[in-house]
Amino acid sequence: MIGKDSKATPLDRLHRAFGAKMVPFAGYVMPLHYADGILAEHNWVRGGAAVFDVSHMGQAEVKGADAASLLEALVPGDIAGLKPGRMRYTMLTNDRGGIIDDMMATRRDDRIALVVNASRKDFVFPYLAERLKGRARFEIHSDRALIALQGPASAAALARLAPAAASLAFMAGADMPVAGIACFVTRSGYTGEDGFEISLAAEFAEKLAERLLDDARVKPAGLGARDSLRLEAGLCLYGQDLDETTTPVEADLAWAIGRRRRAEKNFPGADAILRQLSEGPERLRVGIRPEGKAPARAGAVLARPDGASVGAITSGGFGPTVGGPVAMGYVAPDAARPGTLLAAIVRDKPLPARVVPLPFVPHRYHSSRAQLDRPRKEFRP
Amino acid sequence: MTVRFTKAHEWIRIEGDVGVVGITDYAQKQLGDIVYVELPAVGAKFAKGVQAAVVESVKAASEVYAPVGGEIVAVNGALADNPATVNSAPESGGWFYKIKLGDPADLNDAMDKAAYDAYVGGLH
Repeated sequence: MIGKDSKATPLDRLHRAFGAKMVPFAGYVMPLHYADGILAEHNWVRGGAAVFDVSHMGQAEVKGADAASLLEALVPGDIAGLKPGRMRYTMLTNDRGGIIDDMMATRRDDRIALVVNASRKDFVFPYLAERLKGRARFEIHSDRALIALQGPASAAALARLAPAAASLAFMAGADMPVAGIACFVTRSGYTGEDGFEISLAAEFAEKLAERLLDDARVKPAGLGARDSLRLEAGLCLYGQDLDETTTPVEADLAWAIGRRRRAEKNFPGADAILRQLSEGPERLRVGIRPEGKAPARAGAVLARPDGASVGAITSGGFGPTVGGPVAMGYVAPDAARPGTLLAAIVRDKPLPARVVPLPFVPHRYHSSRAQLDRPRKEFRP
Repeated sequence: MTVRFTKAHEWIRIEGDVGVVGITDYAQKQLGDIVYVELPAVGAKFAKGVQAAVVESVKAASEVYAPVGGEIVAVNGALADNPATVNSAPESGGWFYKIKLGDPADLNDAMDKAAYDAYVGGLH
């Protein structure tokens, strides 16, 4: 049931006009899918382009000369090294090395723009405000919408409304007018495909979404497709694959810990995280491919062939592009080698499942060199 | 031909002493794209109201209950390769299993089409 307390995003009216099935999510009422359903939306993103409303996510900025170094006291990522207009995936860690939230950080001249999880912003924003108080300005941008345009056709579709978008590099952002509306556009996303996230004043969100959708290549897509796309892309969902007890090393996100930061050892949980980096973690996030057709979902125990438990699935379902069940979860290090045969316990029955490398579907992020050097790889529908 | 419906959105078509069971059009619409159906074993016996099958959409797994007690005499093996038939033809080609009725009285509280349509209409 959708409670009275669920907030509507600036695109609520548009969702309903497109026949969305609306569901409560992280305090908001959001589109789970539109008239065509999750499978069609998923496939549309892999082959064309789709608009996602991600206005529920938390947008904020840290302003001031010391913004980067102040943030570095809270995250293991290299923020000071971010050049203007570049963005990076990072996470807030606690003193035990656990992940408080994962987020995107973008350097914008004198400030760092942050996008945090909807489900965590009520905790993370006061947390950041408290720690930055008196040393940097922390602004919460609850008056801004966020629209993602994802899929191989998104660059061409966005270039029609914002010619400058086509020349953005992957994980870079810039201010630019889109259809005449002032926007901050980054080339990023949560699907494994080329795409953009467009931040703009909430009052113009519906107009922009309508302009984006006024294109035969572009359709709307909901939370259902967003979840199956990110799972195939091997991307974590906070609250399922990450929480305050999982460390970046366990989550196979050690690449997000800057080399300088490892040497400086001055981020929350550095002792625990650096010890895991040198000695190895007690568990590791891996891809899991059930060998049959039955999906194995979050919570399913993973066991060795002899029945001994080695971990559990944290995200799992049907992968439309893979054409079968896909999952990820945490297992003991000696069970984490790709090819290891395990069993996922589904409805009390052990289903054969193999540890596989992530992602399930290769990322196709924008790369200017790849575009020049070789033709786009053909993908199965 | 007698077809009856349950509040759990199963249909059962009575063919002599056997009932053909599936989920209703309303149910498949609520579930969305169906990607897997777990069927019971032929020969398995179920009491009325007990979970006899599982249907999985992209979103979630849902239990399907036996609308009557009895013994499974056939299952729709074609659903293994084409689970989406449950979406496209829920009340015909997307049938789940055939069950030999133990007690015809099990059907006493099942609804006819008109009653089920009214029941579904009241859910909105």
